[in-house]
Amino acid sequence: MRVNKKGLTLILVAILCLLSGCEQMAIFDPKGPVAESQRNLIVYSLYFMGGIILVVYVAFTIIVIKYRNHKNRTEESYDGNMHGNNLIETIWTVIPILIVTALAIPTVTTLFDLEKPPEASVENSSKDPLVVYATSADWKWIFSYPEEGIETVNYLHIPTDRPIEFRLSSTGSMAALWIPQLGGQKYNMAGMETILYLQADEPGVYKGMNSNFNGEGFAEQKFKVHAEDPGAFQDWVKDKKANAPKLTQKQYDQLIKPGLTDKQTYSSTHLDWVNHGTHAGMDYEISRFRDLYKESIGLERKTVKESIENEK
Amino acid sequence: MKLDEFFVTGEPLIYGGMVAIVLVTSAIIFILTYFKKWKWLWQEWLTTVDHKKIGIMYILSALAMLFRGGMDALMMRAQLAVPNWNFLNAQHYNEIFTTHGTVMIIFMAMPFLIGLMNIVVPLQIGARDFAFPFVNAISFWSFFFGAMLFNISFVIGGSPDAGWTSYTPLAGAAMSPGPGENFYLLGLQLAGIGTLATGINLMVTILKMRAPGMKMFQMPIFTWSSLITCFIIIFAFPILTIALALLTIDRIFGSQFFTLTGEGLPMMWANLFWMWGHPEVYIVILPAFGIFSEVISTFAHKRLFGYNAMVWSIIIIAGLSFLVWVHHFFTMGAGAFVNSVFSVSTMLIAVPTGVKIFNWLGTLYKSKIEFSTAMLWALAFVPSFVIGGVTGVMLGMASADYQFHNSYFLIAHFHYVLIAGTVFACFAGLTYWYPKMFGLKLNERLGKWAFWFFLIGFHVCFLPQYFIGWDGMPRRIFYIMPEWFTLNFISTIGAFGMGIGFAIFIYNVYYSYRYSPREETGDAWGGRTLEWATPTPVPPYNFATLPEVHQLDAFMEMKEKGETTFEEKKLQPIHMPNNSGKPFIMMLILFFASFALVFEWIPLAAIFLAGGFIMMIIRSFDYDEGYHISVAEIKRLERERRGLDHE
Ligand code: HEM
Ligand SMILES: [Cu+2]
Ligand SMILES: [Cu+2]
Repeated sequence: MRVNKKGLTLILVAILCLLSGCEQMAIFDPKGPVAESQRNLIVYSLYFMGGIILVVYVAFTIIVIKYRNHKNRTEESYDGNMHGNNLIETIWTVIPILIVTALAIPTVTTLFDLEKPPEASVENSSKDPLVVYATSADWKWIFSYPEEGIETVNYLHIPTDRPIEFRLSSTGSMAALWIPQLGGQKYNMAGMETILYLQADEPGVYKGMNSNFNGEGFAEQKFKVHAEDPGAFQDWVKDKKANAPKLTQKQYDQLIKPGLTDKQTYSSTHLDWVNHGTHAGMDYEISRFRDLYKESIGLERKTVKESIENEK
Repeated sequence: MKLDEFFVTGEPLIYGGMVAIVLVTSAIIFILTYFKKWKWLWQEWLTTVDHKKIGIMYILSALAMLFRGGMDALMMRAQLAVPNWNFLNAQHYNEIFTTHGTVMIIFMAMPFLIGLMNIVVPLQIGARDFAFPFVNAISFWSFFFGAMLFNISFVIGGSPDAGWTSYTPLAGAAMSPGPGENFYLLGLQLAGIGTLATGINLMVTILKMRAPGMKMFQMPIFTWSSLITCFIIIFAFPILTIALALLTIDRIFGSQFFTLTGEGLPMMWANLFWMWGHPEVYIVILPAFGIFSEVISTFAHKRLFGYNAMVWSIIIIAGLSFLVWVHHFFTMGAGAFVNSVFSVSTMLIAVPTGVKIFNWLGTLYKSKIEFSTAMLWALAFVPSFVIGGVTGVMLGMASADYQFHNSYFLIAHFHYVLIAGTVFACFAGLTYWYPKMFGLKLNERLGKWAFWFFLIGFHVCFLPQYFIGWDGMPRRIFYIMPEWFTLNFISTIGAFGMGIGFAIFIYNVYYSYRYSPREETGDAWGGRTLEWATPTPVPPYNFATLPEVHQLDAFMEMKEKGETTFEEKKLQPIHMPNNSGKPFIMMLILFFASFALVFEWIPLAAIFLAGGFIMMIIRSFDYDEGYHISVAEIKRLERERRGLDHE
């Protein structure tokens, strides 16, 4: 049994080492109120989980060592017929119920909070959220800023200290927008719109990605989020509005076909003719599919890969 | 269709696979022919309706699938060991994680446990066979051919690559053209028939065929867990059947249930899939709980602590398992209220599970622990599974799950429950019941080596993945970023450790076959339940005379009273069912039908399907009454196997 104990200590030490590195791990290094509330909830839950693990491990270790079948075992420590104890069984039913309750309450309150834009944390910073349509296409991200009248592909600029209202949808396969340091994800689905509120309090560049598998180009479907103070953000918007080309529908149709692409910027948005978060938006998608795949839906149809190649 | 569209070409790894398949198949054919074993194979195995032999075939197939799924796992871990590596490309990686997940859950974990149930449950309740032995054979062959169909996909036609969850619209005809996804749908469908049939068969067996006197609350705990599992199967599998059928029709006949192109509902697939999928994970964990309970109480030489609580907690877990499926897509935007409901119901499962954990500790308390290999697996389960359990609760906290979903945190969690729960239980159960199955014990020293390699490898492999997940690494990506290197590398080392452990385990089977002493008593470990009351090898009819049961741990009582399941005065001829080749042939025909459907050769599929119906009609005119084993024959068999001298 000595081996086992050593193994356990080793594992515990390893956990401690890794935990001390928590600050570096993305979701323990939040840069905005949403990610922060989730971090707090996770840390809160970790205390309970640590407690449970500790209790079980200590009890397990003591019992296994004490009741192993060794030579100087006294007979009175063995009771082959003992098979229940109402008091103790009640205790270990009630305590988990209490723990679940203690976890459920903050979980539920956080859930309701996440459905609203976070309170702006700095005095007199703007409280009404900046609306960004985040549309997933295979395998790229299209971000539209309807108020600013600009659109970016595969990168994002946002102002700090202001909630961002992401309106998520997809042109085809399901995706999920995840920016770990700003907060948890939600799905992008065709023909419907999900709303995700995130906010950055610190300027910086953060990693964003699609976390929901959607085929060959999945691993490449990621982007950078540039969070900057509102002045810098306005300058960036003005610059793009003035200098970036307009997006044509033809270019757009090309863009949403399966394939990879570099960063792009436009001084108009595709919302002028389609919003994928609606049924009409899905119809748009359907006709695109028909064009792409023609009538046949059997095996004879080209694979996506070939059709991309044929487009070139 | 050209030949190079039929066979998968252009991948060195797959050519290797093809060569291996050809070599192994020819070797098997050669050996069978050389030793003139074809007839033996047909008469003893392919046509058998004996639950013990069917169980053994289940377990052998499951071990082969564990090998296949394990090779997939090692290839994936190799690819993820080094940043930006190109051992596998995106497409190949996608195929591999899809087949790995599917093979492990559908064709490894479930069949392994069903195999153990097949062998053990009738023995534990003092029955002579399943309620419907013929149906049992059908079940096995449906699983076997389903697995075959799924597995040939990587050389013929191409593997599915949309994940084992096969979410639409990705898995629909437009975005996943080609036969891969069809292999998934039809392979699962074919195997699913068998699983559902087993659920019904075993349920009837347990409810109707218990030994005289055995009340429900005197059934061994493994039998209880099997019974509840059957209920889950009966309620969950029809959902899968329907979902698979709808998607198949979508893909092959162009209906629009889950498509975008016809305003179908892609999210409906996620709902249907997980309404089956969540209960499914309890189908593979509850029998495991049962196995651990048996093993722990046997090797602790003590009664199970809190038997009633153990039974009720299984029942409650099974009930709750149908009320939590939404936790697999908290991020779908169902709203705070819906997510709250499913979040709380998910966390509630931790309560009965916690009760079980403490009851196992209670069983060990004041016991006399004997560290046999089977017991080591069971003991290691407790601390390992607790990590999987608490992280499951964390995933159940919906607002936190927004950060965990689809990340390596999730991967770590479900491997912690599936491996520490199900796989450890399979190894524990196989080691424990091995003497009953084959009449010899596995070598303990080799068994312990396998155990330690596997256990340590397991923790080294999966513990780091919690932290990689916290660092924002999503699952199902085919290459890693440099900042995730260290933990991934450690993880890969662990994976190979497990591989070594598994290899030793398999070597142990061979070694023991050659060198271990034969097990003659029938009661190899000092067991407490009825399966140990039979002689080894177990005769075809299991019990010469049925025992009378008055309490839990019936065999313990028999031993105290000096009773036996072989009382010569009470012997009567025993009725047995005849072997039949029909289950094998019927499922082979359905296999061809499914294969034709995979390639969308509709007329051919229709012909084979008609063949299947004809087989059923033929069967319905089957007035086979079986045969009787005479008293003299029973006497001879029992005396021989119990080592009693002849008169
Ligand atoms: C030898 C030990 C194992 C190793 C090293 C291993 C490794 C992996 C890896 C690397 C992935 C892919 C992660 C990703 O890229 O998303 C994966 C996925 C998965 N594994 Fe395992 N695994 C092992 C055993 C098992 C077992 C025993 C089961 C089930 C009983 C299992 C069930 C799954 C499932 C369901 C998935 C998800 C597949 C999907 O995403 O569609 N694994 N595993
Ligand atoms: Cu939706
Ligand atoms: Cu679940």
